[in-house]
Amino acid sequence: MTDERPTDPASEAPTPANSGATSTPAGAGEPQATTTGIGDDVARKDPAGDRRPGRLRAWGTALLPTLLAFFSAMVVGAFVIVLSNERLLGLLVSDPLTGLGESLNTVLNAYAALFRGAFGDPVRLFEALLTLDPAALRGSLIPLSETILSTTPLILTGLAVALAFRAGLFNIGGEGQLQLGALAAVLVGFSLEGLPLLVHLPLALLAGAAAGAMWGFIPGALKARTGAHEVITTIMLNFVAFRLVDLALRNPLYQRPGRMDPISQVVQDSAALPRLIDDVALRAHWGIVVALVAAVLVSWLLFRSTKGFEFRAVGLNPQAARYAGMSIGGSIVLSMMIAGALAGLAGASIVLAPAIRTLTPGLGGGAGFDGIAIALLGRARPAGVVLAAFLIGALRAGSTPMQAATGVPIYLVVVIQALVIMFIAAPALVRAIYRIRAERVVGGEAFAKGWGG
Amino acid sequence: MKLELRGITKRFPGVLANEDVSLVVQPGEIHALLGENGAGKTTLMNVLYGLYQPDAGAILVDDTPITITSPGDAIAAGIGMVHQHFMLVPVFTVTENVMLGLESTRGPMLQLDRRAARARIREISERNNLRVDPDALVEDLPVGVRQRVEIIKALYRDTRTLILDEPSAVLTPQETEELFAVMRTLAKGGTSIIFITHKLNEVIEIADRITVLRRGKVVGTAIPAETTREQLAAMMVGRPVQLVVDKDVAKPGEPVLEVRALNVRDERGQPAVIDLDLTVHAGEIVAIAGVQGNGQSELAQAITGLRTIDSGEVLIGGKRIRADPRSIYRAGVAHVPEDRMKDGLVAGFNIAENLALNNYWFPPHGSGLRVDRQKMAETAERQVGEYDVRTPSIFNNIANLSGGNQQKVIVAREFSRDLQLLVAVQPTRGLDVGSIEYIHRRLVEKRDEGAGVLLISTELDEVVALGDRIAVMYQGRIVGILSPAEATFERLGLLMGGAHPEDHTPDEMAALATQA
Repeated sequence: MTDERPTDPASEAPTPANSGATSTPAGAGEPQATTTGIGDDVARKDPAGDRRPGRLRAWGTALLPTLLAFFSAMVVGAFVIVLSNERLLGLLVSDPLTGLGESLNTVLNAYAALFRGAFGDPVRLFEALLTLDPAALRGSLIPLSETILSTTPLILTGLAVALAFRAGLFNIGGEGQLQLGALAAVLVGFSLEGLPLLVHLPLALLAGAAAGAMWGFIPGALKARTGAHEVITTIMLNFVAFRLVDLALRNPLYQRPGRMDPISQVVQDSAALPRLIDDVALRAHWGIVVALVAAVLVSWLLFRSTKGFEFRAVGLNPQAARYAGMSIGGSIVLSMMIAGALAGLAGASIVLAPAIRTLTPGLGGGAGFDGIAIALLGRARPAGVVLAAFLIGALRAGSTPMQAATGVPIYLVVVIQALVIMFIAAPALVRAIYRIRAERVVGGEAFAKGWGG
Repeated sequence: MKLELRGITKRFPGVLANEDVSLVVQPGEIHALLGENGAGKTTLMNVLYGLYQPDAGAILVDDTPITITSPGDAIAAGIGMVHQHFMLVPVFTVTENVMLGLESTRGPMLQLDRRAARARIREISERNNLRVDPDALVEDLPVGVRQRVEIIKALYRDTRTLILDEPSAVLTPQETEELFAVMRTLAKGGTSIIFITHKLNEVIEIADRITVLRRGKVVGTAIPAETTREQLAAMMVGRPVQLVVDKDVAKPGEPVLEVRALNVRDERGQPAVIDLDLTVHAGEIVAIAGVQGNGQSELAQAITGLRTIDSGEVLIGGKRIRADPRSIYRAGVAHVPEDRMKDGLVAGFNIAENLALNNYWFPPHGSGLRVDRQKMAETAERQVGEYDVRTPSIFNNIANLSGGNQQKVIVAREFSRDLQLLVAVQPTRGLDVGSIEYIHRRLVEKRDEGAGVLLISTELDEVVALGDRIAVMYQGRIVGILSPAEATFERLGLLMGGAHPEDHTPDEMAALATQA
C-alpha cells in the first residue's frame, strides 16, 4: 500500500462544510484515493486553515484579558475609594442620591489625578507646545519623566523573572540580585576617579550586572548540582543581600565620611546616568534606554539564539531536552546568571540615577519583587514585560500627585496593582464576568499556577 | 442491564465528533467499540458517562429513556467507567481509593469505616477474580493491578455496565490476558462491558459483538466468529490495510553496535541490565522482546547515553563513543524514545521547533549563538510533507497533534539523516493501524538503506513481524536469540516468562510450548 497524500486540494484543509461532504462509503475495504484516514481529525480540529495565526490576533488574545483585568481592578478600586472615605459613607446613608453623585465625582477625580500624575495634563501640555515656553514645557513633562524613571528598573527586574521563568525557574531573588548589583555599581561609581563618562559609566553598569549574575549563579549552581529548589534559595539569598548591604554601608570603604547612618559615598559625575533632558526637574535618565536594549536582547536571546532554544526546551520539558543532548545544569546556571545580571543592572540603574547617586538600605522600593508581578502581567514575554513595567511605573508615578490633589491615599495604587494581578491569575473569573470564550492564553495561566512546583 | 444509544450526535466547533451513532449492549455482553484514534469512541463514551451533553439522540436503559447530565447520574444509572489514565490517589491505599467519594462512616466522630469497605472490596475481588491487597498503597502497585483497583472502584458503586477505555494500552501481554479473564468473569455474572480499543487481535479474542466507528459514524457491526482482522482493519481505516510487514531477507553487514558485558542500574539503584552481550549489524533489525520492566528501557538508555553504565562497554561502529546523548547523536545513532511526550517531544514547542530539537545547534539550523528560524521552517515544511504529518501548519503546537502524527514528527526528525544505528523503543505504542503500518514500513526502509536497527517492543506481533533476529530479555539478561522462523508466540512467551532454553533440549522446549 503506498502512502497517498490527498490529491483533492479541498481535503488538505477541510472546512466543516466539506468535511461533512466527504462522506465515506460504509462498505468495508473499498480503496479510497482521496482520504487516507489518520490525522484527518487533526485537520478538522482547526478549520481556520493552514496559515500561521495572525500576529495581531495573537497580541489581541494576549492583551484582552490583561486590559479587562486592569479595568476590573479600577472598578473594584473605585469601591475601595468610596468605602475608605467616611464622609462619603455618611452621605450615602443620609442622602443616597447626593452621596452617589459625590462618590462618582470623587472616584473620577482621583483617577483623573492619577492619570495626570502619570502622563501629564493634556491641556497644559498642549498650551506649552503652543507657547513653547520652556518653563511650561518642563512642568508639563514632569509626570511622564517620573513615569519613565520608575519604569526603568521595573523593566529590568521583570525581565529577570521572565527569562528565568522561560527556562523553568522561579526567580524570587530579583530583589537580592538588585541589591548586590546596586552595591557593586555604587562602589565602582564613587571609588574610581578621573575616568571619562564613556568608560566609567559602562564599567559601573557592568559591575552591577556582574554582581547580580554572581548572586544568580549561587542558586543556579545549587539547583544544578544538588537539586536545591531555587524558590527557597533565592528567597533566602534576598535576606543575605539585605544584610550585606547594611554591613557594607557601615564600613568605611562605603560609608560617606562624617555620617553615622548607613549611606554610601556619592557616585562621581562620570558614572552617573545622563538625564534624557538636561533639567533638574526632569529626573528620567538614559537607564530607560539601557532597559529597552536589554529587553530587545532578551527577546533575541530567547527566540533567536541557540541558548534561548535550550532555555525554553529545558523550561518546558527537561527530560526531552536531555534526550536531545542539551545540558540541563548548564541551562539552569546560565539562565539564572543572566537573570541575576538583569536584576543587578536594575540596581545599578537606581544608584547611578542622576537624582540619587548613592545607596541606602531599602533603596529601590521593592522593584525586585515587583518584577515577579510584572513578569506575570507581561506573560513572560519581553515586549509584555516592557508594557507591564510601564503600566506599573505609571501607577507608581501617578500615585503621589493623586494623593496631593484629591487626598486619596497612595496605597490605592498598591491595591489596584494587587487586584490586577489577582484578576490575571484567575482568568476564569475575568472570562465569567465578561463572558468571553475560553481561549488558551500562553504563559499567564501556567505562570500563575506554577508556583506550587 | 440492557443499554441502548440511539442516534447520538455530538458537535464541537468545526468538528462533528459523533453523527447519529446507535448501538445496543445486551446484558452480560462484551461489546467492543473499535476505531482509530480520533474516530469518536471516547467522545461517545463521555456522552454516555455524562461528561458531554449530546446535541441529539437518546440513551435508554432497559428500554426506558434516561437523562445523564453528570457522571453522578451515570453512576446512579449503573454505568461505570475506567479511564485510560487512572483516577487514583497514589498515596492512598486501595481501600481508601475505592471509598473515595462514598466514604462510609461509623461512630460519633464519623470515623471512616474502613473495615466494612475492606470487607466489601474483598468480596468483590474474590467474586470476580480481581486479586488485590486492599491495604496496599496504590503507588506501590504495578499498572495492571492499578487497573484492577479502578474496576473494583466501579463495581463498588454497583456498576452494571462497565466502560473500559483502551484498557490494554498500558498493559503487558500477560496483564492483558489477566484483564480478559476478569472481563469474562464479569460478563458471566451479568455485567455488560463496553470495551474501547483499536487493537484487532483483542477484539477478535474477547468481544461478543463489535461496533466499528470511523469519523464519528458507525460504519459497521460484526461478530468475531464471522469476521477477520483484515476486514475489521479495512472498516476502521476505510481502505485495505496491510497487516503483515512486507520485507526482504536481511543482508547483514559490519557490526554497528556491540554491547559487551554491560551492567546498568535502574533509578532505584537495582541492577537492571546484567552482563549483557548483544551485536547489531548494519542492514538488520534486531528485535528485543520481553515483558515491560525487564531492563529493556535501561538498555536503550545506556546505548543512547541517557543512563550511566556501571561496567562493560558499548561500541558504535567499532568505536567507543563518549557516553552523552550529543556525542552519540553525532556518531550517527538515532533514538525513537519509549515515551514520546515525555522524552521525545517538547509540548509547548511547535512542530518546527520539535523537528529541530536535537539539530538546532549546527548548520543549517544554527551557527554559533544564532538559530535560523527560516531554515528551521524550511526543513519542517519538507519533512512534514515527506513523512506525511497531518497538520494545518508547522507552527501548530505539537501537543495538538494526534499520537500517530506526534510519532511521525519524531520519526521524521530521527530518520532524516544518515544513520549507523537506529534504536527504536516501543515505536508504535498507542498508535492506530494506519500509523503502525506506516512506521513499520519506514523502519524496514531504514534497514534496507544500511542502518542497523535495534527494536525494543513488548508487542509480540511487532517483534515477530519486523525482527530479523529476535532476542528475548528477562530480568536484565538476554535469555535467547531466535530466528523469525523459530520465534513462535509460544516459544517467545516461555522465554519472556523466564524459561531458559539451555535448561531444556529442543524437544522439551517444544513440549513446553505445546503445554503453554
